[in-house]
Amino acid sequence: MAKVKELSKYVRSKNAGPFWVTIEIFCDNKENYEKIKESPNITKEKVAELYNTNPALIKKFNVDNLLVIKFSYPRPVPSGYRYENDMHSGQQYIRLAEMEV
Amino acid sequence: MKTCRILMPIGSLGAGINPEAFENGLTMKPDVIAVDAGSTDSGPAYLATGTCKYSRAMLKHDLEICIAGGKKLGIPVFVGSCGTCGTDNMVDLFAEIVEEIYRERGFTGRIARIYSQQDPNVLKKKFDEGKIYELEGAPVITKETFDECTNIVALMGAEPYIKAYEEGAEVVLGGRTTDTAIIAAMPIKLGCHVGAAWHGAKVVECGAQCTEDTEAKGVFLTVDEKGFLVTTLLPWARCTPYSVSAHMLYENVDPYRLTEPSGIVTTNEAVYTQVDERSVYVTGSKFEQAKQYTMKLEGACLVGYQTISLVGIADRAVMAEPESWIKNISEYVDTYIRKLGISPEDYSFNFKAYGYNAVIDGPVPAGTPAPREIGVLLTVTAKTQDLANQISKVFNPYLLHFPADPNVQLPSFAFPFSPAHIPRGATYEFKLYHIVKTEGPFELVRFKYNDIK
Repeated sequence: MAKVKELSKYVRSKNAGPFWVTIEIFCDNKENYEKIKESPNITKEKVAELYNTNPALIKKFNVDNLLVIKFSYPRPVPSGYRYENDMHSGQQYIRLAEMEV
Repeated sequence: MKTCRILMPIGSLGAGINPEAFENGLTMKPDVIAVDAGSTDSGPAYLATGTCKYSRAMLKHDLEICIAGGKKLGIPVFVGSCGTCGTDNMVDLFAEIVEEIYRERGFTGRIARIYSQQDPNVLKKKFDEGKIYELEGAPVITKETFDECTNIVALMGAEPYIKAYEEGAEVVLGGRTTDTAIIAAMPIKLGCHVGAAWHGAKVVECGAQCTEDTEAKGVFLTVDEKGFLVTTLLPWARCTPYSVSAHMLYENVDPYRLTEPSGIVTTNEAVYTQVDERSVYVTGSKFEQAKQYTMKLEGACLVGYQTISLVGIADRAVMAEPESWIKNISEYVDTYIRKLGISPEDYSFNFKAYGYNAVIDGPVPAGTPAPREIGVLLTVTAKTQDLANQISKVFNPYLLHFPADPNVQLPSFAFPFSPAHIPRGATYEFKLYHIVKTEGPFELVRFKYNDIK
């Protein structure tokens, strides 16, 4: 077993407007990219569970030419709500990076 | 062949343009200097209060570089989403700074202001007519929401910039605008490939981030009748098909599809070619004109007042289970607050344990070692500032002494400030993530010109 962070070059997250977050897994070889892309553990459903959001609204993009797997999900609360913990969502990738592939 | 050259000096005006890179950009003979000055990334307060996140001095620094450069070459300067939030008063602030620069330097010329802040009554009428609809992930709104928002702006497209330019403006200062429209305006006006204009604008809207070296801050874009070329501003900075195409992922829900007021840009058939070490050429971008013109709305409203308290804890008993300590102090103090007759509807509070689990939501993985110390941030939100302060003061003795184990000597935790509580002022939330259908690009937009002689 290996974690996403061990099979990828880097993982990053960022807000995409106040209501969405987007996370990207950058790989540096096709073999690891395919492993993460096809993993039964790195799916829309799992990401929804991880980030407490509606699985029906999650979007997954397999960007083959860049070896990037990208997830976008609506935030359960808009950015800057009264008890915000990460305004720009820049640290939210950590949990996905820690997932077992 | 029709071409348009654009100097994009920085991803966010006011963050500090690199003058050397900018000068290089001028030697590349741009037709326009186009720059974005806004964003919702830093949260709702800027929009709700109509304020800018950058200092006036830095805004003037960046505006002066742009205006002096524009004057030197006799080319226009387009600045969009003035003052972070793009409200009317922020457009006026930018105009005031620009006019100050004109006076100081003895410049003359026409300055345009384009306003896109919205009257709630106009939007309420649109709402009744069914011309406002929500985007995926938007909060539920009612007609009253438009009055609750302290400021509402609509994101403009490229047309108002083109119009202001055609009316003779050499500096165009726009209210809230899509990041791309500010940059796409001139190539569209000059008859370049519309899909390439929009796609190229999206690639360069964060400045040098689409290159492999961000020191330049800015980047150069050339749009022609087939595609667009991205070139770095500093000679040693590299730009590759990878850096250019990867930037389409950044801060974007969908990397292949971008909705603009006038239509939809698609990039899934784009081809990225390395031209030289500093340049990448892109073809295959598409633009589909929409039958209905639409503008995205942004709105924020006041939701209460906050007071914060910060206390440092290294106590081993608390460190063994920080979450239990937070749960226990919360329940214990809340009982006192209720006893004071304060209605639960009028306040709420939240603890964050920095150094433990403040940043990453969810349970801390089993086996995580106990932290050496944590910073505990208490945030109280209440109907009034005074109530938030009073509740923070009820917490105060317990933030200082609340023990993890009542059977040991009373601990005293580490406050960095006196007084320990810090009134933070009003707190705001975004309320709108909606689209309004308009009668073309100008229905919700207003123009004002000032000729400086």
